[in-house]
Amino acid sequence: MYNGKYIIPGIVIFVGLFTFPFWSNLLTPKYERPQLAMPADQKECIEPAEYMRAEHMHILDVWRDQALREGKRAYVASNGKVWDISLQNTCMKCHANKADFCDKCHNSNSVSPYCWDCHVAPRGNQ
Amino acid sequence: MFISLLAVIALGCIAWLGAASGFQYLIGVVLPYAAVLVFIGGFVWRMVDWAKSPVPFRIPTTGGQQKSLDWIKPARLDSPFTTAGTVGRMLLEVLLFRSLFRNTSVEIQKGPRVVYYSAKWLWLFALLFHYCFLLIFIRHFRFFLEPVPFALTAIEFVDGIMQIGVPRMFMSDVLVVAALGFLLARRLFSEKVRYISLANDYFPLFLLLGLVGSGIWMRYFAKVDIAAVKVLTMGLVTMNPVLPEGIGAAFFIHIFLLSCLLAYFPFSKLMHMGGVFLSPTRNLPNNTRAVRHVNPWNPPKKYRTYAEYEDEFRELMEEAGLPVDKTSEEAAAAE
Repeated sequence: MYNGKYIIPGIVIFVGLFTFPFWSNLLTPKYERPQLAMPADQKECIEPAEYMRAEHMHILDVWRDQALREGKRAYVASNGKVWDISLQNTCMKCHANKADFCDKCHNSNSVSPYCWDCHVAPRGNQ
Repeated sequence: MFISLLAVIALGCIAWLGAASGFQYLIGVVLPYAAVLVFIGGFVWRMVDWAKSPVPFRIPTTGGQQKSLDWIKPARLDSPFTTAGTVGRMLLEVLLFRSLFRNTSVEIQKGPRVVYYSAKWLWLFALLFHYCFLLIFIRHFRFFLEPVPFALTAIEFVDGIMQIGVPRMFMSDVLVVAALGFLLARRLFSEKVRYISLANDYFPLFLLLGLVGSGIWMRYFAKVDIAAVKVLTMGLVTMNPVLPEGIGAAFFIHIFLLSCLLAYFPFSKLMHMGGVFLSPTRNLPNNTRAVRHVNPWNPPKKYRTYAEYEDEFRELMEEAGLPVDKTSEEAAAAE
């Protein structure tokens, strides 16, 4: 091999950088899905849980537009139930604990929604 | 072109069918591991292979005056003479694609007259693509690190600062599609480039478009349970792979195309990622006149000096009356 004194360190640096997630996680404890604080007195959200997991941000976005820009305040869920379009009065009535509900998944997946630029963040179930 | 397009579509369909018919563990766990191994192994193999090829002479492509007499101004970057100049040239090449910046287009105008125009679009979109792709690559580390470091959150904040839609639109997502679109359109609509474009030029473009497209589809439209995805990705990098329930097909298409890209990478033109560092036309100083470069594997020369020749034939030469350096008497006296 020619110029090994330059090329071998280069390859080592490249492999080191590329495998960074593997060796930097050697000491990390096993990753678990964040455990969320579910409301105690309610069993069902406005839509099924799988749908909410994937689409809650979209629902909130649509709700924001409908409530504030179009003045529509009624949401008909897929099971026919009608809900009041309101983050403060509908969502947070049950999910009153931002730190243990919203933030856990958001922090773990590095999501920083700007809901709380305008809304008052719920502080918990006290 | 169509073969490449069909190949990428077929790969997407394979992933989609696989995810729908119970091969999720294969696509989500086994293939990514295999692809990473092939990528690293193939990359190192290619680099070592290149490193074994000797480059005995200086063959830099130059774009300026070579270092010469003191009163002639040398082009220190375009015809580098020192190590510093060469390193500077490499840095500008790798980080800013300096040689693409010099791209020109030739046109024959009526007259007939040849006209060269400066053509910066290729440079602009190539640079855009590479930096967006790097940004997207770095952004994805949020799935491999726990807790997510502040730097990643900061990058996401800046990338999504336009606050369009939910999940927030990342500018790099839009720009990378635009840049890939340009690079593809250039191959399709410029006759000269189209003429020299092969399947192995189109395939990486379509594969990247498929990869980026499936990512965008997953993030903004199809939407998958991202918390479950992180469980899977963290399982991969902590070496105890798990397959959580309920991840949508979009994710499996995305990770399958990524695995294809990783496995294809070392054997394709995409290896310019490592190759740019080993380009003898870029990484050598142009000092052919100042330094003597000897080909290291030349066989040792067999030669005979005139003195040895004369020693052998001295008597015959003297008999024939030819002039000699040393006469027989002098040679005998020296012994």
